[in-house]
Amino acid sequence: MRDKIKQIRSRDNEGIENISVEERRHFLKMGLAVTGVFCGGTIISAVSAVNKVYASAGEYAAKYPYKPHYSMVIHVDRCVDCELCMQACVKTNHVPDYGYRTTILERDVPDAVGQKREFIPVLCNQCNLPQCTRVCPTRATYKNKENGIVMMDISKCIGCLTCQMGCPYNARYFSEEIHAVDKCDFCYKSRLSKGEKISACAEACPAGVRIFGDLSDPSSPVYNRVHQLEKAVWVMRPEAGTRPNIYYTKG
Amino acid sequence: MEGHAKTVKLTLNELERGVTSRLFSGSFKYYLAVAFSAFLVLAALVAGIHSIIVGHHHTYNVNREIAWGILIATYVFFVVTSTGLCLVSSIGHVFGVESYMPIAKRSVFLSIATILGGFFVIAFEIKLPWRMAVYNVISPNITSNIWWMGTLYGAYLVLMMFEFFFLIINKHRPAFFCGFFGAIAGIAAHSNLGAVFGLLMGREFWHGPYMSIYFIASAMMTGTAVIYLFHFLAYKVNGQSLENDKPMLASLDVVRRLGILLLCVIIFFTTWKMVAGVAGQPGGKYEAVMALVKGPYAINFWVFEAGFGLILPLVMFYFSRGKNLIMMFWGSVLMLIGIFIMRYDLVIVGQVVPVFHELGVNEFKHLLHYVPSFHEIVITLGGFGVTFFLFLVGEKIFDGHKVDPHHH
Repeated sequence: MRDKIKQIRSRDNEGIENISVEERRHFLKMGLAVTGVFCGGTIISAVSAVNKVYASAGEYAAKYPYKPHYSMVIHVDRCVDCELCMQACVKTNHVPDYGYRTTILERDVPDAVGQKREFIPVLCNQCNLPQCTRVCPTRATYKNKENGIVMMDISKCIGCLTCQMGCPYNARYFSEEIHAVDKCDFCYKSRLSKGEKISACAEACPAGVRIFGDLSDPSSPVYNRVHQLEKAVWVMRPEAGTRPNIYYTKG
Repeated sequence: MEGHAKTVKLTLNELERGVTSRLFSGSFKYYLAVAFSAFLVLAALVAGIHSIIVGHHHTYNVNREIAWGILIATYVFFVVTSTGLCLVSSIGHVFGVESYMPIAKRSVFLSIATILGGFFVIAFEIKLPWRMAVYNVISPNITSNIWWMGTLYGAYLVLMMFEFFFLIINKHRPAFFCGFFGAIAGIAAHSNLGAVFGLLMGREFWHGPYMSIYFIASAMMTGTAVIYLFHFLAYKVNGQSLENDKPMLASLDVVRRLGILLLCVIIFFTTWKMVAGVAGQPGGKYEAVMALVKGPYAINFWVFEAGFGLILPLVMFYFSRGKNLIMMFWGSVLMLIGIFIMRYDLVIVGQVVPVFHELGVNEFKHLLHYVPSFHEIVITLGGFGVTFFLFLVGEKIFDGHKVDPHHH
């Protein structure tokens, strides 16, 4: 065994110039796959993200179903779990202590090289094809026709909780205070409808994790972050087919 | 078989006297059973109203992640049973298979009693049922399976009630129409209930067309056990001998044969459901199926679902040869216990894998946990109370659901 090690040590470094293109590609692919796993969920490269997560494939820059098409880009690696976003949400939207509209998930990866923990903020994905609105028997939850926000008409909610079962993002809970299911509405009722420009969580974040804006407006901060090819942008649980409007990225 | 008089016209007074005298003709055990089922209903009413007043999150163990608990499972159990009763009984008086005639009347009545048991439970499961009555009508969502299920079961209940009414007054033409459309409404409603689960994308254990198909087959299987069980009990309640009622025994024997067939169908379905959940380890589904195979739900699955629900009844139904009534009775009881656990597992195991499980976050690394609360169990028992109460009282009011063999 020692002899074998000595033998290997005595050999010259074969250098990178001898590695075939195939091998190099293979290695890169593996690296990307690993990154994908660590990024959470399925990584879709920026190119296919445009096709898969957009309202209308191919026409994304010009045509959006909503105007403004509200969206949020989350720089997941900037989050330090200070929870100011959660506090701002609770205060702004009167969220009871047993529920939440947004939270921060925590992932520990002890075997990871370097950073071993990451924080993943989650909230309602304001999907373009929401399951919650499809399954609601009384149309108590619906897409706002102007801005695409998934809203609640609390007077119609019968409390069957099918929307909660249908949501692939665990974004809904039953509020005993309002006698209806409650969820994130991008602060539409508490702020946007009163002329504010961004949600309370985005405003409260000191690290620039949550970028709120209009995906159809080239001057909006979310626009450039999504409509580019250099950096990976992904969504949570794309296999659920809901076309979410919350994007995740790093850097 | 006593010929029930179609031609004899009773006055209202005579009818009342007959019903009253029958209601007072029960044995001590009978009244004990009536009182006990009434007590279960009252206890459930108290638990349900208490929950509405203090808030469900104080009294029920359901939560944000496991939003559907034992009450949904019980509702599913009852509507499965009701649909099964409707379908099996319709083979006789709707589709004209003579050998299924004798069981028809009681089965139609029981399909009403069981669905009312289900509605009783769901009224306390839904947080704001009074809003449902209003907004299901004025704000319908036709893409919602829950909406279709609720609406169709409403129509189904009305049709079954009319069918039963026409059966007792011996109007077989309208009874046929109500039965026919009732069966269609029942199948549509029940497959929509399957779709309530099956069409939820991102809930892998349920997702797909399987649930709707499985629900219908499983309903008929349940129907055979319930028909046997309640006919056996009814003859005890009425102090009659089932052994001597040859047409009824012959009818129950074809129900038994149908039961054997459907048990085999469900064993086949269950086998492939489990194999599909394991082969290739599909994300989300695999974890749920393994929870049944060797996880926290293994006893539920192997002992109750497979053993009580399928294998033992199959063996007992087969070896009773339709003659060993006690064996058939216990086969039916075991099957219904097994089926109840099947419904429980179907609802709960579909939710134990968190939606963010594959993300690998600390909060959702493990399977979720749910145990029914005291209030939930009391309301569940109340559903059984409703069905048994209606069954017991119905036997007396409708005079053992006697069938006149000449009027079909």
